[in-house]
Amino acid sequence: MITLNINTKTYNVDVDPNTPLLWVLRDELDLVGTKYGCGVAQCGACVVHLNGEAVRSCVTKVSRAEGQKVVTIEGLAEKHDHPLQVAWQEVDVPQCGYCQSGQIMAAAVLLRENKNPTDADIDAAMSGNICRCGTYLRIRSAIHAAAELQRKTT
Amino acid sequence: MSKSTSRHFIPKKTITVLAIILSFVSFMSFASKDATMKKTPNQKSISKDSLESVQAFMKVYDVLMHPRCMNCHPKGDVPLQGDDSHLHTMLPRRGKNGDGIYAMKCKNCHQPENAPGLHTPPGNPKWALPPADMKMVFEGKSPRELALQIMNFNKNGHKNKEKLLEHARDTLVKAGWNMGEGRVAPPLPYDEFVKAWDTWIEKGGYAPKAK
Repeated sequence: MITLNINTKTYNVDVDPNTPLLWVLRDELDLVGTKYGCGVAQCGACVVHLNGEAVRSCVTKVSRAEGQKVVTIEGLAEKHDHPLQVAWQEVDVPQCGYCQSGQIMAAAVLLRENKNPTDADIDAAMSGNICRCGTYLRIRSAIHAAAELQRKTT
Repeated sequence: MSKSTSRHFIPKKTITVLAIILSFVSFMSFASKDATMKKTPNQKSISKDSLESVQAFMKVYDVLMHPRCMNCHPKGDVPLQGDDSHLHTMLPRRGKNGDGIYAMKCKNCHQPENAPGLHTPPGNPKWALPPADMKMVFEGKSPRELALQIMNFNKNGHKNKEKLLEHARDTLVKAGWNMGEGRVAPPLPYDEFVKAWDTWIEKGGYAPKAK
C-alpha cells in the first residue's frame, strides 16, 4: 500500500511501486485531467507538480511520490481560477486541448519563479511541451496575460 | 741575477688572480658535478612519473570525451544527447546551478534511476550539468587543455587532490557505465577508468604536451 498526498488529499493505493504515477492518477484515482502523450518524457502532456516541480508523471514511479506533495491540474486552484486558467480561457488557447493541462502545469512553475517573463523566458520554459495543433503563439500570449493578472492580484 | 730573478719572479697579484680563477674553475666543476649527480635521479624519476601520468590520462581522456561523459559537459548551455552528441531535444538550459530552469529542470524527466526501454531518460539522483559559474567544459578540449582544466582548483569545481580522487567514485560519474538501454558504454570498463584516473593524479597529474 502506498500513501499519496494529491491536491491536499490523502490516498492509499495498492499498486506496484514501479507503476508510473500517471497510471495511478488516471486509472486508480480517476484524476484524468493529466494526459498520456508519449510515455517517454518527450511531450509534456503528463506534467504534474511534485513538491512544486513540473515532473513528467509518465516516467515518474509512484514510489518517488510516496509521502511527497503532488498537485495535478485538478488541484492547481481550488476554483479552477489560477491566473493561467483564466488567461487560457480569455485567449482561447486550446484547439484540441489535449496538451493544455501539461502546458498549464509547466507554465505555473514559470510564473511562480518569474513574475514577468519575456518571450525568451517563456520559450525556454515551455520548450519541453509539445502542442500538436501548433497553438504556441496563443500559449505564449496567455502566459503573458496570466503574468499580468498575477501581478495585479498579488 | 736580476735576469734570473726577473724570469722566476711571480708577482703576488698574479698569484692571487690565478688562485681565484682556479678556485672558480674548481668550484664550477664540483658544482656542475654536484648538480648532475642530484639532477639525474630526479630527472629520471620525474620523466618516469610524467610518462606514466600522461599515458594514464590519455585513457582517461578517451572516457571523458565519450558521449556518456561529455554530453553533460557541453561548451554551450544546452546539454548534448545520444551517441552522436546532438543538442538535447527540447533544448533544456543549464540554469544557474546546472539543474535546469523553470519547468525544464533535469530531474523532471531524469529520475533517480534509468527509465526502462529504448529512448527513455537515463537517471541518477544527481543528474545535472556543472553550474553556470564553473561550466567544466569537456566538449572541444584537447587532451592538454582538459588535463590542465581538471588539475586547476579554480576550474575543476574547487577539488583538491583528495576530492579529485573521490570524484571518480562519484555516483554520477559511475552512471556513465549504467547508461540504460540502447546507449554505447564508455571505451574503458569502469574499474580500469578509476585505475587510470588514480594513476594520472597520483603520478603528478601531468598534462600531455601541446602538439
